[in-house]
Amino acid sequence: MEKWGPPAAVAPGPDPALSPEIERPILIVDALSLWYGRARALTSISMSIPEKKITAFIGPSGCGKSTLLRCFNRMNDLIDGVRIEGTIRFEGQDIFHPKMDVNALRSGIGMVFQKSNPFPKSIYENVAFGCRIQGVNRKRDLDPVVEKSLRGAALWDEVKDRLHESALGLSGGQQQRLCIARAIAIEPDVVLLDEPCSALDPVATAKIEELMLELKNRYTLVIVTHNMQQASRVSDFTAFLYLGSLVEYGETQRLFLNPVKRQTEDYITGRFG
Amino acid sequence: MNARRPSDFPGRALTWLTGGTLALNLLLIAGLLALLAVNGGSAFWPRELWLFTLKDGTKVLGEIEREEEGHRVQVEVGNRDLTGADFRWVDLSEIASRLRPNQATLLERLEWGNFHGFPVALRRGETTVAEGPEAVWAALPQLLALKREEAETLERLEKSEIGGVNREIEVLRLERKRRPREAEISRIDRETAALQSRYEALVADLDARRQALLTDTLVMRDASGTEKEIPVGGIVRAVRPNAMGGGEKLGLYLSRLREFLLDDPRESNTEGGIFPAIFGTVMMVFLMSFAVMPLGVLAALYLREYAHQGTVVRAVRIAVNNLAGVPSIVFGVFGLGFFVYVVGGSIDRLFFSEALPTPTFGTGGILWAALTLALLTVPVVVVATEEGLAAVPRGVREGAYALGATKLETTWKVVLPAAAPGILTGMILAMARAAGEVAPLMIVGMVKLAPALPVDGQPPFLHLERKFMHLGFHIYDVGFQSPNVEATKPLVFATALLLIAVVTVVNLAAISLRNHLRRKYASSAV
Repeated sequence: MEKWGPPAAVAPGPDPALSPEIERPILIVDALSLWYGRARALTSISMSIPEKKITAFIGPSGCGKSTLLRCFNRMNDLIDGVRIEGTIRFEGQDIFHPKMDVNALRSGIGMVFQKSNPFPKSIYENVAFGCRIQGVNRKRDLDPVVEKSLRGAALWDEVKDRLHESALGLSGGQQQRLCIARAIAIEPDVVLLDEPCSALDPVATAKIEELMLELKNRYTLVIVTHNMQQASRVSDFTAFLYLGSLVEYGETQRLFLNPVKRQTEDYITGRFG
Repeated sequence: MNARRPSDFPGRALTWLTGGTLALNLLLIAGLLALLAVNGGSAFWPRELWLFTLKDGTKVLGEIEREEEGHRVQVEVGNRDLTGADFRWVDLSEIASRLRPNQATLLERLEWGNFHGFPVALRRGETTVAEGPEAVWAALPQLLALKREEAETLERLEKSEIGGVNREIEVLRLERKRRPREAEISRIDRETAALQSRYEALVADLDARRQALLTDTLVMRDASGTEKEIPVGGIVRAVRPNAMGGGEKLGLYLSRLREFLLDDPRESNTEGGIFPAIFGTVMMVFLMSFAVMPLGVLAALYLREYAHQGTVVRAVRIAVNNLAGVPSIVFGVFGLGFFVYVVGGSIDRLFFSEALPTPTFGTGGILWAALTLALLTVPVVVVATEEGLAAVPRGVREGAYALGATKLETTWKVVLPAAAPGILTGMILAMARAAGEVAPLMIVGMVKLAPALPVDGQPPFLHLERKFMHLGFHIYDVGFQSPNVEATKPLVFATALLLIAVVTVVNLAAISLRNHLRRKYASSAV
């Protein structure tokens, strides 16, 4: 690791390693830095996330990819002692603006977590939760949403006969797909996935990946993954982060076949560490 | 494998020590329960009446209470009005003969306890209806049923009619105090006078009925030949235990058990039932739960979910835990000083000022007792709720936030339901503690004998200011404060058994509710 030295400061002007052509950006990150207390976790990150594509964040543990992901829906607000500089624009609006409604932001940018976290409620109530907090409570409004979301998450056929049983009785992979159904039930524009398959077996992982490819027709997906095969299989764009900095960002094909930066090449070829 | 390592021994010894200690604990509890079950359960089983003839010619008729092998026997002879004592020791060497006469009759009376003897005659007014033991025994049941009916009518009249008139008079008296206008006063006085005359008529009617109850008498002869006239209206039950078969005995047992569970106490609690005490205990525990749940759960929510987890919160947590160790009588004194005198006194001054100086809420009552116990048990609920909240995974909260839920929605709709089993555990512990607590209640509203239940047919139906009876205090009162301790010993066992049964039933109800919730949110496969 020593041979790379500290990450270089972002050079002025467009860097070919960092500025892929993105037609319709939905999220624009500009000079974003983040500190946990006094420890700097993200260093001046600038990037654009394309609409209705899958963008993957890769990098070694502790490189800040999850932290960056959690900036998009301001989940870092829940942690004490976090300080953020720079801006993120979601559909043109600065999400860190004091007048930004965090709850509205989060219903526009859904999230699926590393460890599946269904609520200790029935399957039906898990999916309906987002609608209920938005004030939709009538059964005849909820029923179609629940069915549509569960179908969208490829879970409907497995659970349609036990919608009112506890969600905690599902298998790990089913729980994770339920969390995806829960996230898409409120029709967000973006779905953030934080290592959604790291706790799943290969069969369940394949199902989720298939699902992601289907979902990208309707949603913008941003996925954090440790698994480079996964990133190359499903994503359209890939960003490589290292020590809190964005090292390289580009179309997945280009980045995996033709990495510009030496660090990227070392990491994706497994020569890393 | 034959050579055992020397280091094996301490481990095995410890295993035996821990296992043995557990077994000892279980044995102690099982022994206690068995003692209560045997003594309490047999309290109502009919025993045979023995007729002892002593060498000096005296005759003793009674139930054998206990026998000291080879020495003497304790006989429950009854007939307190004749002999002055219920029990008598008889030396075995004194006894000339023992008999179990079929005609020996046991009367359970409203007053003076049991009577043991032989029926002689049955009289209605001046005329003798039946003579001789068998004739009397044949004629008695019909008359007994008639008299019981009359006695019940009398009691109903006393409670509802007289009580109703008294209440109306009291309402008028308070109205008179409140509105001193001339026209009103004369109207009120008129109405009061009318009620007063109605009251007097009722009292006269009741007196006549009471007299009628006493006119019919049963003449009994005790073992020594003394005759005694006993009003049939004062007899609860007449049995010939020596002539009874197994089925009849079981019937009598069940009938006595029913009386014990469902009737009011008599003879300063030494006889009759303990229904008011059961009712008071259960109702007080439920009132306590209603008070302690919001108090404890909201406090724990703030401590765990909202407060900054710093030194202050840690100090508060320690203080709450220590609160559980404060002697309960201290809470009782606080309840008396704060709830009864300050809160109750203020309520009286504000809403019941016309009744003063007679206190309404400014004296001990079931509400104040429940609130005092709620204060006593709040640490239990706080601690259990905090544990329940802490056990809700962080991921679940984040999941709710990520769907756009506010802190309130997350706490209310996700965290609290997930913590519900833990919260209910706290409630179960609190109820168990409250049901067994006696000391603080003695000064905030528990009484030896409550004239009325806290719930009845008079508006507003729920009388939270009323005093109440309690099983725990009943045990103490009957066992150690009654004039006839020896005779009430079985009742003490039975009451203790019942208290344990009540606590168990209440707990089982709460536990099944908790398990239902657990099943609903089953956390099986993850």
